[in-house]
This record gives sequence, C-alpha cells and structure tokens, in this order.
Amino acid sequence: MKKILTGNYAVAEAVKMARTEFIAAYPITPQTTIVERLAEMVEKGELDAEFIRVESEHSALAAAYGASAGGLRTFTATSSHGLLYMYEMCWWVANSRLPIVMALVTRTIGPPWNIHTDHTDLLTLRDSGWILAMSENAQEAFDLTLIGFKVAEQIDLPFAVGLDGFQVSHTAEVVDIPKQDEVDRFLPERKRDKPFVMEPGNPIAVGGLTTNECAMEIRMSMMEDMEKVGDLVRNSGYVRDYDLVERYRLNDAEYVVIMMGAWCGDAKDAIDILRDEGIQIGMLRLRFIRPFPAEEIAKLNCKKILVVERDSSIGKGGIIATEVKSVANSSVQSVMAGLGGVDVGVEDFVAMFKRFVEGELRGWWL
Amino acid sequence: MVVVKIKDLPKEKYLLPGNTACQGCPHALGLKALGMALGDRIVLIVPAGCTTIIAGSRDKSAFKFPCLHVPFASAPAVATGLGSAFKRLGKDGIPVVWMGDGGSDIGFATLSGACVRKDDMIVVVSDNEAYMNTGIQTSGTTFWKARTTTSPTGKREEKKDLALIMLMHKADYVATASVGYLQDFIAKLKRASEIEGFRFIHLHSPCPPGWGFDSGETVEIARMAVKCGAWILWEFDGRFKISPQSKPYRDRDKRLPLADYLRRQRRFRHLTNDDIVEIEKRIDEQWKVILALENIFS
Amino acid sequence: MECMMARPSKGSAGKTGLWRTFKPIYDDTKCNGCLLCWLYCPENAIDVVDGGISIDYDYCKGCGICAKICAKKAIEMVREEET
Repeated sequence: MKKILTGNYAVAEAVKMARTEFIAAYPITPQTTIVERLAEMVEKGELDAEFIRVESEHSALAAAYGASAGGLRTFTATSSHGLLYMYEMCWWVANSRLPIVMALVTRTIGPPWNIHTDHTDLLTLRDSGWILAMSENAQEAFDLTLIGFKVAEQIDLPFAVGLDGFQVSHTAEVVDIPKQDEVDRFLPERKRDKPFVMEPGNPIAVGGLTTNECAMEIRMSMMEDMEKVGDLVRNSGYVRDYDLVERYRLNDAEYVVIMMGAWCGDAKDAIDILRDEGIQIGMLRLRFIRPFPAEEIAKLNCKKILVVERDSSIGKGGIIATEVKSVANSSVQSVMAGLGGVDVGVEDFVAMFKRFVEGELRGWWL
Repeated sequence: MVVVKIKDLPKEKYLLPGNTACQGCPHALGLKALGMALGDRIVLIVPAGCTTIIAGSRDKSAFKFPCLHVPFASAPAVATGLGSAFKRLGKDGIPVVWMGDGGSDIGFATLSGACVRKDDMIVVVSDNEAYMNTGIQTSGTTFWKARTTTSPTGKREEKKDLALIMLMHKADYVATASVGYLQDFIAKLKRASEIEGFRFIHLHSPCPPGWGFDSGETVEIARMAVKCGAWILWEFDGRFKISPQSKPYRDRDKRLPLADYLRRQRRFRHLTNDDIVEIEKRIDEQWKVILALENIFS
Repeated sequence: MECMMARPSKGSAGKTGLWRTFKPIYDDTKCNGCLLCWLYCPENAIDVVDGGISIDYDYCKGCGICAKICAKKAIEMVREEET
C-alpha cells in the first residue's frame, strides 16, 4: 500500500512494523520527528514497546544496549553531535555483537553549528563494526530499516541506516509499505539468547578483563562475519530486492561515478543529460559503506572513476575515494562537495561530470 | 524496618573467594552482603572501577550472579534497558548497578536521568571517597582536606552529598549504609527490594590502601566514621528515618572525637587542629540538614 | 564471543592464600559462635561448621578483620613462617 511519508516517518513506520520492543532516543535536529512519531505510536497503542525518554544520547545507546543484552529487539536514532556523544557506546555495542538498529539522520558536525546534511557523521562509524547503509530516499530508508533488523539479528552486528538530514528526513515521498503479515513472515521474533542473554539465574560475566588475544579474536570474527552481510542483504527475502550497490546505466559505462546518499538522485539526472549528449557515463551508488563493496568496485571495467562525497578526512582527502582507490582497477578522481549541506544540484553535477570526463577533477567543489 | 539476624543469613556464597580484591577490601564486604540480601534475583551491572577487576578475569568470574561490564558513565542507563527486558519477558531479576564514586561523578547525568524516570533498579554507590582503581585521585565525594594523588596537599573542593541529591530527585527509596554495619546494609537492600522503581543506597567503603590504614581495620574505621558523626546512616522510603546506629550521635556530645577517626588514616596526617575544627563545622551542618529532613518527612 | 565470557569460579586470582603475611589462627575453645567473623570476612573464606568456624587457608588473604572483630579474641593473627 502506498503512503506519503517523510523519510523520518517512514523509518518510524518500519520500526513499528518490525514490532520493535524497546526504543530509547534523545532528540536532535533533524532526527527529532522519528522520536516524536515513535512516542506517539507507543502512547496510542499502535506500537507495543518500551519508550524511554533518556537524558542524553550516551544514555540512549546505553539503555538500548541493556535492553538488547536482555533479549529485546531494540532501536535508537541520532545525528551528528548526538552520535559523537554516544560514540563510546557505539564501539561497545559492536564488540558486544548486539543487533541494535539505529537510524542516523546525517548532519554536519560543528562548529560552526549547522543542521544540514553531510556524511561525515555516518563515516565516523566505519571502523567500529556497525553495518552502515545509506538510503537515497524515503522508500530506501523504510526498506533498509526492516532489512537492518533482519540482517543484524542474523549476523549479530549492529546496523545503522543513514538518511540525509532534511533532504530525506523531512521530505515527503511516496513509500510502498508491505502488509504487516508480510513483514512478520520476513522478520520473526528475535532469538532471545543470541549472542548471549543477561538474565537472573544465568551467572555469566560478559565483557570483563581477559586475554589480549581475545581483543583480536573478537575483531577477527567481526571481520569474518561482516563479509557475510552482502549475501544476507541480497537473499534477505524482503518484498523488494536489495544489493550493497545500485548499478545505474553501468553496463557500457566508460566513466563511472561513485556516490552515496540523497544527492545521487540529482546526479543520476545529470548522468541522463550527459548520456543524451553521447557520453557513456554511469553510477555505482553505494547503498552500503560497510561492508565495503570492494568486489563490485574492483569489477568496474571503465576508463576512470570519479568519487563525489560529502565528507573530508583532513590530511588525506575524501574518505570514500581513499577506500575506492584501494580496490579499483581504474584511476580514481576525487571530489569533496556539499559539506555543511551546501547544495549541489543537477547543473553542478553536469558541469562536474563534464570536467571529469574531459580531464582532471580533484579536490573541492564549492 | 527489617531486622537481620546473623544466624538467619544465607550461607550461599555469591562472592567467591580467591578474587583480586585487596586484603580488607570494602567492596568485597559490600558485594558479599548484596549476595546475602538478594541472591539469585541479582543481575549486576558494573561500570569501570575496582569492581571491574574484582569481578574476575579471563574465563573465571568471582560472582555467582550474572555480571554485565559496561562503560564508565553508562551503568544506570544500561540498567534501565535490562530492567525493561526483565519486565517484558517476565523474568524475576533486579538490575543492580554497583558503582563507585567515580561512576557517580562521570555518570552523574545518567544517574539523574534514571532516577527521574523511576526506572526499575537498585543503584549502590560503594563510595571509597576517591577514584581508587586508577590510583587514588580526588572525586566529588572525597572527604574534605583528604590527600590524594591529585590533591597532594589536601582536597580543597566541596564534598557532594550524593544520597541527599538523590532524595531531592524524589527517588522511590534512598538510604545510606556502611560496610561497618553489614546487617543494616542487608536490611536496607531487602527493604529496597520490596519497593518498585529507582532505589539508591550510598555505601560508605573505607579503603585500606587508599586511605592509609591497616587492612584489618576496615570495619573499625567504617564504624568510627559513624560514631564521630562524619557518616550518617539514614533511610527514606516515604518516611525519613535516622538509622539506629547513628541515632546516638544526633547529640553532638555523644560523638567520638573527629580527630580519632581522622588521625588513624594516612590521608589526613597533614591536618592541623584548625583543619579539624573546620571539618567539624561541616559535619554539624550535615546533621542540621538530616535532622530537618527527619522532621519534614516524619 | 566465548572469549568475552566468564563463569563463576573460586580462585579467579589464583591461590590468594599466598598473599598472606599474617595468618589467622582460630581457637575454638574461646569461640562463642557469634558468627561475626564469618559475616565480616571480605573473602568469604570463613565457613560455619559444627561447633564453630573453619578458615579456608587456600584463599584467606590474612587481612585481619576477623581477628579484630572477634569479641572473644578467639582468632589471633600470627606471622607466616618462611618455609
């Protein structure tokens, strides 16, 4: 059934349909309406879940950690500074192998204060062990949240669904919602003692001092399990097919653009315009940044690759470009644009891609 | 008020011998008493601190109840989540946060939030009056003028009264206790377990290496703190009651000389008589507040 | 995850009896069975037995609390001999 939902409300809808049992979140623009909608759903009896009005993001993920360690299906949401405030807990959750799902409404990190989108916040999680997905629109935000619960619980790794602040979070779009019984078949009740459960009468101690080797063993097994996520996403059994990437006009592309997020919509429009002019350009859109779609990128058979991204690693350059370069078999050009929510529209992309095709394009686009 | 007779206390050991606790460690006394009071219902949540180490290492846990290790500032919030899970899944568990004064400094907001929400848990702050696990640094509850590694000439900052702060949050149950009076602590834990919601016990825990006294004197020093009026035992469960062990010391003249308590600890060796008089004033002020509360919530 | 889990075990720090400088020696003829030493042993190394208590010297760290709390002086701290 088709509904008109903003990205945030689509996420809330997915959380409800997943029969989430525990929600703890602290408001931060532009995530706030997810939390408000969920609170409303719980109060109205539409969602049978515990909703905790925590006093900070650190406590939001800490409470989620406790609930998940107790066996409940758990959700939280945040952005930017909120993520940074819960950052310590993010790493604790990942190493603890708990299948918490988090919506990350991307927002620039200050100072200066800025509530608009860029992707630096999501990328701060890239080393942690969280599965990181980035939606392009409200439909994907909805779908990836449901897929997130399933895959997280299968592989015992937490799952973050990114959605661009304001561009997706607050933009109303048509979202195709499956039926509740379809979702129930897709997503059965969580296996409550997996990977472990804290409960009275079960005297395990979890996370205490142990051998140095254990620190490595944990990370090694997380690395191994993260490699299985691609197949789990492709074979999730969801009502729509999903992959780690979207291939847009890639078949005969001589020039490939690699990007992630909402602005890919405009970038694809630019690709269409250039295609009409005879330029064989296509896009490999990253739906997931972790696991990193190394195979898909290595397979690209083209003249050159342009990575356009909304982030920066001071002292190195574009974060995604660095990662792409490490596996690509063609030369990679790198552009950092749209930080702070700076608008990059279709005309910008047309100009950008032309420069890329005709010659060299590196560094900043402002 | 539950009266706890020693002979009736369960013999089952929830704190297992041969752990890493120092000789004469007050946390060990407290954890042992916790096990006696609440047994199999306990799910312990331990943020960074001495208890992290006492809990065991590798595949050996020193506890016979479940124990979840958590980041320093997070414990009461984790308890919120765990408590929700127990309730929803019908499990008869009590999330018990066991943290030190360190945890109640760095996790003050966390403590406050869980309390205001009346989330279901028992929080015990086992207070040894410094950040002991990192080597004896000053905390918010370090005793006035005490020497620590970060206050080498004696603490200049104020001492916050944690239990009164939690009382002002309108917590469902608040009490102070001491490892010098384990039967009283056990009684308070049992009383707390009869009440739902957020329950808080501030446990006075003298630390031999941290305070500078012989490992055999832990219980004695703890009792002296009460007998000189420096540590006041009270309980609030709707009514504010000064505990029997502290009652005599409402009368200033009945209190043992403060100097007797202080001079037995190396952390106070540098104190002058003027220092002691100044501290006595603080203790008098403390009693004024306690007596007033006894009046208000009688 | 297994390597991050521990289960209840005595002696998680080894045979902590080796820590002792002083050893508590118990005289059951002086004992009145009050059980205060049993309650206040931080190590849980004192057990209640018929007619009194028994000390587990494998784990007793020799802190001395039991000797101090005994009103009947039934426990005396004696320096460990060099063997």
